[in-house]
Amino acid sequence: MTPAPAGPARKAARRATETETGLVHRNWWTPYLFLAPGLVMVALFSLWPFVNTVVLSLTDAQILRGGGFVGLDNYTRAFADPDFWVATGNSVLYLVVVVPCLVLLPLALAVLVQAKIPGIGFFRSAFYTPVIASAVVVGLIWQWVLRSDGLVNTVFQKLRIVSEPVPFLTDSTMLLVSAMIVTVWKGLGYYMVFYLAALGNVSVSLHEAAAIDGAGALRRFFSITIPQVKPMMLLVGTLSAISALRVFTEIYILGGESGGPGGGARTLPFLIRQVGLGFAGETGYASAVSILLFLLTLVFSLLGRRLSKGDES
Amino acid sequence: MSTAPRPAPRRRLVLAARYATLVLMLVVMLGPIVWQFLTSIRGRTENVYDGLLPSHPTLDNYVRVAESFPLLQYVGNTLIVAALAVTSNLLFAAMGGYALSRAGWKGRKTVFTVLVATLMFPFESVMISMFLTVRGMGLVDTLIGVWLPGAVSVLNIMVMRAAFLAVPREVEEAAVLDGANEWTRFTRVFLPAVKGALAVVCITSFMGAWDDFLWPLLVLTDSDHYTLQLGLKTLAGATTVNDQRLIAAGAMAALLPMMLLFFALQRYFFKGVGEGAVKT
Repeated sequence: MTPAPAGPARKAARRATETETGLVHRNWWTPYLFLAPGLVMVALFSLWPFVNTVVLSLTDAQILRGGGFVGLDNYTRAFADPDFWVATGNSVLYLVVVVPCLVLLPLALAVLVQAKIPGIGFFRSAFYTPVIASAVVVGLIWQWVLRSDGLVNTVFQKLRIVSEPVPFLTDSTMLLVSAMIVTVWKGLGYYMVFYLAALGNVSVSLHEAAAIDGAGALRRFFSITIPQVKPMMLLVGTLSAISALRVFTEIYILGGESGGPGGGARTLPFLIRQVGLGFAGETGYASAVSILLFLLTLVFSLLGRRLSKGDES
Repeated sequence: MSTAPRPAPRRRLVLAARYATLVLMLVVMLGPIVWQFLTSIRGRTENVYDGLLPSHPTLDNYVRVAESFPLLQYVGNTLIVAALAVTSNLLFAAMGGYALSRAGWKGRKTVFTVLVATLMFPFESVMISMFLTVRGMGLVDTLIGVWLPGAVSVLNIMVMRAAFLAVPREVEEAAVLDGANEWTRFTRVFLPAVKGALAVVCITSFMGAWDDFLWPLLVLTDSDHYTLQLGLKTLAGATTVNDQRLIAAGAMAALLPMMLLFFALQRYFFKGVGEGAVKT
């Protein structure tokens, strides 16, 4: 039996071999073994579906049979389809209204709850509650507020503000506006947390210096706080734009399976599900609409990235 | 303009205005939820608009909705999906994040870039093909089909990667000197150092499974397999029910467990928002 080297020496020897081989890669495939489940899942349920969507969009495939190559027919069909334009218009309108609200209102809310005053923790948690509620629950809650016999209409009628119930959920445009209100309401607390993190990094000394120079609270907010949280505003803008293009459940619960009267409040995801699934589902055409939705999303995320890059330089 | 600290009366006024705004926002944010809750405990004999507070408060509606509707079965189905999702995400996201956080192996950058790139595909634009894939596996109308596509989310891998990158040097060196194999190091040394991030992954995947609607809607057809959110949709759409008290009770039954979880584990919820979105 050879005598074992003393503790420190042995440790040093070990350390030498370890730094040579690094931590993980004694075998080149060890990291891949660790990553295998994740990579398999991503390949099966993200990369492959994407490739498959591109391929299907060039065919006339249906849900119960494969299709033949039809070139760009599905895309020309989409551009001539009034339903496609209604859905695209609704999705873009949704984005245009909801994004400014979700960039500005949560910032105001974050400034409001940033103060270290008694009870503020309770208010923060309360404002976050709609975030943890599911879209379905939120939809049901607001349906009960906005229905023709709901809270708002009952109060309005009792106060004689209106004689007929306001058609919040039965008119396509009103339904879309109602869904937007719900989306903003549900998103306020979520983006508030983003802004709270950003506000925590705003320089206090700059604020103090400006206050000594006689700048009022509003002035300091616009010339010190806003420039420092601008990167976060761009991030929130990008994230809320992408999620605005994905809206489905709010409209489904508030307006029903058809997407409002005559499908007038349908968004792009709504249209994709309607034309793509079911017994007569046209998977080829639905895939083309899916790719167009993807491109629309890509435009807005690249726009967000471009804006924040321009901001850094 | 005065540069001195504001006189006390004015400061008190500002504070009062702040609290007034806070209370106003509280009514806006919680009002609709409270209204739904109050409706859910209203007695059968009273009109839903008889004053703000119910005159005969009762839990009867919760019992009735559970009796006339298979809500408990829906909850059971949801818990099966949630348990699978939490387990698989904890294990696989931790493993993947760990490998991505270790330096010095070939292909690390490529794998990382590919994973981040997949975050660009909105679920809605690949859901038709995902459905076809799941159908090809024979998993349509099964709870496994609901769970599988979300078995490990890239966002969770990124949360775990960030956490492992932040593990202090001393812990890492201790692991090297230990001479244990990679798996032992991972489970014995590194995992205990990232408990906070594991809690975040646990909560976000539970919440995802509990709250998801669109994917289960595509996959499940038999109402015996419905998850809670699908069940709620059926409850609200059922012409036989037509009693807002019951719908409200169902909605509250879906919301209250999440609220309890939230108030018990708040800091992890807030942490998840920051880490999931910013540090990818």
